[in-house]
This record gives sequence, C-alpha cells and structure tokens, in this order.
Amino acid sequence: MEVGRSIQRVDAVDKVTGRAQYTDDLCPRNALVAKVLHSTIANGWVKSMDTAAAEALPGVVKVLTCFDVPEIQYPTPGHPWSVEPAHQDVADRKLLNRRVRIYGDDIAAVVAVDEITARRALERIRVEYEEYPPVLTPQAAMAPGVPPIHEEHPDNILKHTVSEIPLPPSDFRCAGDVLDCPAYHRFSGHYETQQVQHCHIENPTSYAYREGGRIVVVTSTQIPHIVRRVVGQALGIPWGRVRVVKPYIGGGFGNKQEVLYEPLNAWLCVEAGGRCVKLEASREETFRNTRSRHPISFDVRAAVDGDGYLMARSCVAVSDQGGYASHGHAIAANAVTGFRQTYLDQLAHRSEAYTVYTNRPAPGAMRGYGIPQCNFALECMMEDIAREMGLDPYEFRYQNLMPPGYVDPLNGITCHSTGARECMEKGRRFLDWDGLRARYQNQTGPVRRGVGMAVFSYKTGVHPISLETSSARIVLNQDGTVQLQLGATEIGQGGDTVFSQMCAQAIGIPTEDVHIVSTQDTDIAPFDTGAYASRQTYVTGHAIRRTGERFREKLLRYARELLPEAGELDVRGRDIVDARSGESLLSLADLALEAFYSLEHSVHITAECTSHVKDNTFSFGCCFAEIEVDIPVGKIRVLRIVNVHDSGTLINPKLAEAQVHGGMSMGLGYALSEEMKLDEKTGRLLNGNLLDYKLPTALDHPELHALFVETEDPSGPFGNKSLGEPPAIPVAPAIRNALLHATGVAVNTLPLTPQRLVDAFRKEGLL
Amino acid sequence: MYDIASIYQARSVADAIRALQADPSALVIAGGTDVLIKVREGKLAGCSLVSIHGLGEELSGVTQASGGDIEIGPLTTFRGVAFDPVIRRCIPVLGEAVDQAGGPQLRAAGTIGGNVCNGITSADSASTLMALGAVLRVRSPRGEREVPIAQWYKGVGKVDLAHEELLVKIVIPRANCEGYTGHYIKYAMRSAMDIATLGVSCLVKLSADKRTVEEARLAFGVAGPVPMRACGAEAAVRGLPIGEAVGRIGRAALEDVHPRSSWRASKEFRLQLVEELSGRALREAARKGGAQI
Repeated sequence: MEVGRSIQRVDAVDKVTGRAQYTDDLCPRNALVAKVLHSTIANGWVKSMDTAAAEALPGVVKVLTCFDVPEIQYPTPGHPWSVEPAHQDVADRKLLNRRVRIYGDDIAAVVAVDEITARRALERIRVEYEEYPPVLTPQAAMAPGVPPIHEEHPDNILKHTVSEIPLPPSDFRCAGDVLDCPAYHRFSGHYETQQVQHCHIENPTSYAYREGGRIVVVTSTQIPHIVRRVVGQALGIPWGRVRVVKPYIGGGFGNKQEVLYEPLNAWLCVEAGGRCVKLEASREETFRNTRSRHPISFDVRAAVDGDGYLMARSCVAVSDQGGYASHGHAIAANAVTGFRQTYLDQLAHRSEAYTVYTNRPAPGAMRGYGIPQCNFALECMMEDIAREMGLDPYEFRYQNLMPPGYVDPLNGITCHSTGARECMEKGRRFLDWDGLRARYQNQTGPVRRGVGMAVFSYKTGVHPISLETSSARIVLNQDGTVQLQLGATEIGQGGDTVFSQMCAQAIGIPTEDVHIVSTQDTDIAPFDTGAYASRQTYVTGHAIRRTGERFREKLLRYARELLPEAGELDVRGRDIVDARSGESLLSLADLALEAFYSLEHSVHITAECTSHVKDNTFSFGCCFAEIEVDIPVGKIRVLRIVNVHDSGTLINPKLAEAQVHGGMSMGLGYALSEEMKLDEKTGRLLNGNLLDYKLPTALDHPELHALFVETEDPSGPFGNKSLGEPPAIPVAPAIRNALLHATGVAVNTLPLTPQRLVDAFRKEGLL
Repeated sequence: MYDIASIYQARSVADAIRALQADPSALVIAGGTDVLIKVREGKLAGCSLVSIHGLGEELSGVTQASGGDIEIGPLTTFRGVAFDPVIRRCIPVLGEAVDQAGGPQLRAAGTIGGNVCNGITSADSASTLMALGAVLRVRSPRGEREVPIAQWYKGVGKVDLAHEELLVKIVIPRANCEGYTGHYIKYAMRSAMDIATLGVSCLVKLSADKRTVEEARLAFGVAGPVPMRACGAEAAVRGLPIGEAVGRIGRAALEDVHPRSSWRASKEFRLQLVEELSGRALREAARKGGAQI
C-alpha cells in the first residue's frame, strides 16, 4: 500500500538544502524592476499626475499611470470561470485605478533598471487627489448618502442574501416563529472576528517577458491556469497568448488563490517593449495590497428545547469586503452555510449575509474561507447556550452534531462519513476534560486555569457552488518508472508527495518510481484549477486514480502482447506478475524498453484523464485546550492543546500531522494576537509589517498535538476528505471558551489581546 | 537593495569623528539593526554613513576598572553583553535585559551603544541602564565629557549627543550596582521578536537579614516618551519590609509615570501594567537577593 505510508516529502532534500528554485531564484539577473506608486488617501479620485521628473531620472524605462491603462475591468479571484454570466466573478478593477478605494491603492508604476532607481522615480511623481472621507466599517458604508466606492453598487452592498431551510409540517410559519417561541430557551449573541493575514514566507513575486509574440509570466501562485485566463482578460488578449509558469512557492494559504500583480506585470512588460520585468511586492505591500481574512460580525439567535436540542438557529453575517470585490460574496455565503452545518436544527434555520464595500485593504481567500469566522460565532454560541442552560458543553454539542447521512437542505452536500463523535471522545480523553472541568471550578486569585473546546465541519472542494475539474497525465519512462504531470500545485502543503503516493497506488508501483513534475507550465501541465478549498487530494486525487488505473491497463495490455501464454496479469512493485501466484514474469524496466524500442510494436505508453467531480463530503474535527490566564496583565498561556481530525483515510500520516500543526499555529495567532489595525482618520494600515503585526513566534507556541480518527469516505478517491484548511478553524473558539471557563468572562471579539482582556476583566470586576 | 549614497569605514574613533566633521549629513552606523531598517523604509534613503563597525578593538568589550566601575564598550553586541563574564558576575540583570531584544540574529548584530544612542523609549537596555544610573562617556574633537543617563534623553529619539560626538563608554558606577540584585520584565505581545509594550527594571539592596528594602531603583521604558526613573516609588518603599514594599511600589509608581495612548496600547492598559509589573519586578529582584518571598 502506497497510500497510508509516512514517506519523506519528495521535495524535502531540495528544500532544506536550498536547492529548490523559487520565482526570484529563476528571474534573469538583468531583468528590469517595476515598482508601484500607492495612493496617500483611502477614498477619492486621482485628478492628475505629473510624471516628468520621474521620467527624467536616468535609468527609468517607463512611467505608467492610471490614465494610461486599458479601459478594461477584470475579476481577480481564483475561481473556475463560470460559463453562466450571472455566476461570473465581479470585475471591479483596472490594472491601475483612478478611483482610489484603499489607502495605498495602486495608481502608477515605474519600470527601471534597478530597484533603487525605481523607488527614487516613485518619489518624484506628483499626484493631485479629490478626497472623500474614508469609510472603514460596513455600518458606515451602508449609511445613507455615503458616496459609492464602486458606482455599480450605489449602496456599497456588493450582495445581500437571505435563505431559510424548508420547515417540516408544524404550526410554525418560519424560523422567526420558532426563535420567538416561549416554550424554548431563547438565546441571542453578537460575535466579531478581525482582519488577519496569511503571512506566507514568500511575498507575491513574478516576472514577465515576451517570447514568440506571447507573454510568459513566471509567478508565485496557487492557480497557474487561472492566472493565464485572468492575464488574458485584463490585457484584452487571447488566453492562449499567455503562458504561466509556477515554480516552487513559499506558501500561499489562499492569498495566492487570487490573481494579484501578474496582469500588471504582464502589461508593464509589454509597455517596456517585451523586456523581462520583475514585480515583487514588499512585505508592507503584501499586507496592504494583497488579500487577508474578512472581518465578519455575527448576530445569532437560537431556540433550544428542554432536552437540549437545537430547534432553530439564525445568523446574520456582515462581511467587510474592503475596497475590491476579490472573491465577492462567496466568503460571507460560505460563512453562513458553515454556521448552518456542523449541528442539526430540528425545525428551522435562517441565514442572512451581507458583503459590503469599505475602504479597508480588500480581504479575499484565506485558509478556511469564512469558516474560521462563523465557527468562532457558532462555538462561542454553543458554549454560551450550555452555560445559560446549565448543560454540559461537551454533551450539548455531542447530542446536536450533524448525523451521518445528513443532506444540507439548500446545497445538497451530504455527510458520506463522519468520525465527529469519535474525534470528540478522543480529544476529551487526551485532555482529561472531565477531570479538569471539575478541578478548575470556583477558582480565585490572579492566575486561573480553564479548559475549552470547539467542534467544526468542513466541506471538501467547491461542488456544487462551483465547478470541480482536474486532469492528470502519466508518462512511462524508458526505465519503467513514470512521470506524473498535473495542473494541481504544490504550495508547501506536501501536495507533490501525496499525489505521487496516489499515483503509485493506482498503478501498483512504489512511490519511489513516480517522478512528479513539480513546476506547472500552462503550455504543458494538464488543466486543474489549483490549490484551494482543500480540494486537491479529493478532486485531483480522483483524476490521478482514474489516470493511474488507465495507465495500469495499458501496461497490462502491452505485457499481454509480450506474454501471450501467461495467466491473469497484475502490476506489483516493479514487475508484471502472475496475478494468482505473484510470480514475477517481466520487469517493468524490460517492458518499458520493449515498448519504446520494439521493432515489432513501438508505443509510448501514456494516459491522461479528466475527472469532473460532482460530489462533496464533510470532514470534521475539534480542538481541546487548557489555558492559564494571568488576569492582572491580561495574558493567556496555552498549556496544552490538541486538534483531532476526521479527514477520512490519511494518504501520508506524517504530512497530515504537519498540516495540522501549521493550521493550529495559524489558529493560535488568530485567537490571541493577530489583527490588521487601521488609522481611523486616514484608513492607513498601521501595522503592516512583521514587527507590529503580531504573528506568534516559535517561543509563543505550546507543543501542538494532532490526533486523527480515520474514516473511509466512500466519495473520496482513496477514502480521503479535506484536511488543508480545517486545522486552523477550531482553535480560536476553543481558547475563548477556555477563557470563559477560567474566569467566567465571555470575550466575544477576536483577538483575545491582553488589552482587550484587561478591559473585560475590569468591566466584570475581576480587577 | 539599500539606497545608500556613501559609506565610510572608519579606522579609529578619531578617524570616525574626523569623518563626521567632514560630512555634516553623515550618520553613524554600528550594528545596522536600526539604521538599515530606516534606509529600507525610505526615511533615511540616500543617506551617507560613517561605519564604526570595524572599531571593535577600541569600542567593544566589558571590563571592570580598578575602582570597581563596570565599563562597557558601546560596540559590544547584545549577545556580547549577555554572555560577558563581568556582566554575569556583577550585573546579571543587564545581560538578562539585552538578551530579550529581538531574536538571536539581531542580538548578534545590534549593539548596546546603538540601543542607547537611538534614544527609543522601548529600548531593552534602557530601563536597566536607567536604574543602574549609567554614565555615558562621549568623545568629540574637543575631548571627552560624561553624561549621567538621567540627563541623556532629550525627547522621542533624541539624545544629548552632537553630530561630531561618539559614544565611547557606558560606565556603571560601582556604588550603583554593588550589593544590588535586579530583575527586568519585558512585557510585549510576543515572547521574542518584539518591542516592549512596557519595560520594567527594578534593582534592590536588601538589609543584612534579607527582610527589608534598604534601597530600590525602579525604571521604565515606554511609560513615557523617554526611559524614566520612578523616584517617587523608590522613596515610597525605602526601609519597608519586602512584602509591604512589593504591595506598595506599583501604586506609588503610577505617580511617577505618564504613558500615552497609541494604537499599540492605551494609556489605561500601560498604567495597569506599571502598577502590576513594578511589584512583580521588585519581588523577583528581592528573591535573587536572597529574600524569602
């Protein structure tokens, strides 16, 4: 079995020795350098620009402004293109924009012989603005009379949706009736999450050059085939005239599931006569001008019967979209959908979601896609209901969990397998939940301890909201090994390794004999929409499995030609064997040599398939945390923490564990310290650097424990389900609930910073 | 790429001072951990630099003078201070304080002199040097002068150092450290790679029976625009039994400080930290001095 082996990552040695090549390693040393001029207002218009002094600077090749760009608005998110116009992404930006929508918006660019010359040229550009007051919250943006940030949306509401699940036959007419029913315990709450950023190590970097009348863009992206399409759209040229190459990348976490600066880079290259131009975002530009996680506020209600069953819930989510649509309403919609799922409502559920333009740096996709936000609201709510009703928070969750076979009444996603209850049981035992719950009751004194938990569910890929398609190609080498080519991308998560294992499993050969082509070149790589939505092991996995099985059949067909007298044949290890006895009849190396060079029948054995996946499934998990709170200084120390996941069958358990560690780390920063802060007067990002943005360091981490419950999901290619994003989801509410347990103080806004805690403790009389 | 117009590598202190005289716009660079950040941010883009990085022989290292004063070369790195045997023996609290600056890379490059000359209230060495009553010896073409650290800080990022002057020694007078034990608390949002929200350094001299505070020194970073001593709090606990002193010093310190609200932390939060952490620092300092508390 190749699936299930904890083999070393196929790229491990190259990465730890520094041999792996990233975009900047590959960029020609004589490339021109582009730098972007950013606005010094958050809201308004560029009235005029004087570039003469910049152009006069020796070494400056081109100065281009928002007055020079093509009159084309294009969409940027890394979604599969929709052939239905109503479902297409919002096209709300040009390459450079006269309409300034965020502080630091892209309004001009300089191409020069080196970075310093480009920077000096930027300093010499004079800009005249017409300025409006910055609008920094959805409430402010939706107020009457506020000038629209995008003229297509006069009320600044990008989208507003309302949905309600069908009610079973009863006296209730709608969810509101159930929520108002005095027979039930009625709960309402308000929870808020903050804007955070991915903080991948490698900032978005690309370079572009002309070759053969086409534009080649080499870029740090999760989605090379989508970048090709968007560059074509943004420049108004046929998509086939664009070639995108994706080398190794230093992380993405969703930020690079967006076409960020590649179109501008391609256009600057064209304007510079096709010379190679490099465009690299600094860390500060990455914070301000690329994507982040949406701040969302939630108003929730619930009705619970005397036995502790959820009768109905409702959720109103208001998502701050910042200055550009990016992924549009998809994230707020996913947040309210996620709020609905995890637990079952016996009668009713109502969701309402707003996505609102403001002058914030525009959020987009980030690990979890709305679920880290809604899960905070949901799991705080579950804790608070249990507390109000005197229920055990573990039992209350346990009895309301989504049952196996659950079908979401609105999108049809089905629970094909669930280990959610086993995950909870495992986490409870690991932490000694019952013992600690009891021990930490009724504490006094300045330092107190508590335990908290949170549960989540997460879908796998984007069906049926969007298309799921993937292709794979397997090519026989002359020595009997194979090459695997994919459009799916390695972004640090270990994709290449598990793809290789799946390929080996499907063919019947050792993983060591699969040579994966890590780089995607859209001229060569089969089509796949890329790394996002925890989809690749599932969707690409199906493509690999199908292609591997077809490839295996071809090997056996050729073997049959060489072994006409043999019984039933099989591929095992490095041989064609007799299926019954297991006796080796022919090595794959000999088969390959014969196939390539036979004077009788030469054939280059390859297989290529598309897998169009029309299914989805839920993964599950939970987090249990034990914390210590130093009340007078507002500090939380996480003493022990464990995530338990049901992601179906694990393809590579060691890599799965590493994935969970990374997600938990992200969850800890989200819970305790990370937050993008804006100046209220100007809308300027105050802490857009890694000193002032409090990403936790190694010293801030407790030991991270990852446990698994392996189910075998019937819809997964190898029994597997999503794992990429889920580990980041449950950590923040688990810590918040532990804080509640330790101190009795409910903090409903993230992050749980010392100052926020001290304020809350003072308000509650603890200080 | 750093936008630097020129860099002159000084061969001696005298040579560095000559170079500064020759170029009124030149800036001194030592470890570079502050200067290069400002160049990169554009604040010092296009600057001319005089590097004293190579003057280790004249400006680096820690010694104990014959009279018992501790003399620290300003070019000694944070790491150099933290691991120096004289510091560890005589004023371990200073080594512990500078060992909390940034991360290992920064501590191997950044210098204690740079930390002092930069004049930033959050500097990790500042509150402890303040509590120790350090004396700063500076040299100019006109000779040397000594500035008590209490008079060194002139405002945010401003110190009593003229363009043609170079810090050549940080002196800790024997009387200010002998018999004292100390504790520094860096309160920050992270355990490493961070700047202090509040820095508290407390030194204490105990009575022979280890029960009473004979003398206490309390100093803060980020409790105001410049590092500061809390003289009122020091006086308030002089002669008190340790437990009582620990209980009282924080409240007394509130009268000495004047932190401001910024987007990094509110005034109220910083005051809460001043009150709480002063007592904690005193308690730890007393413990190190042998008190049972």
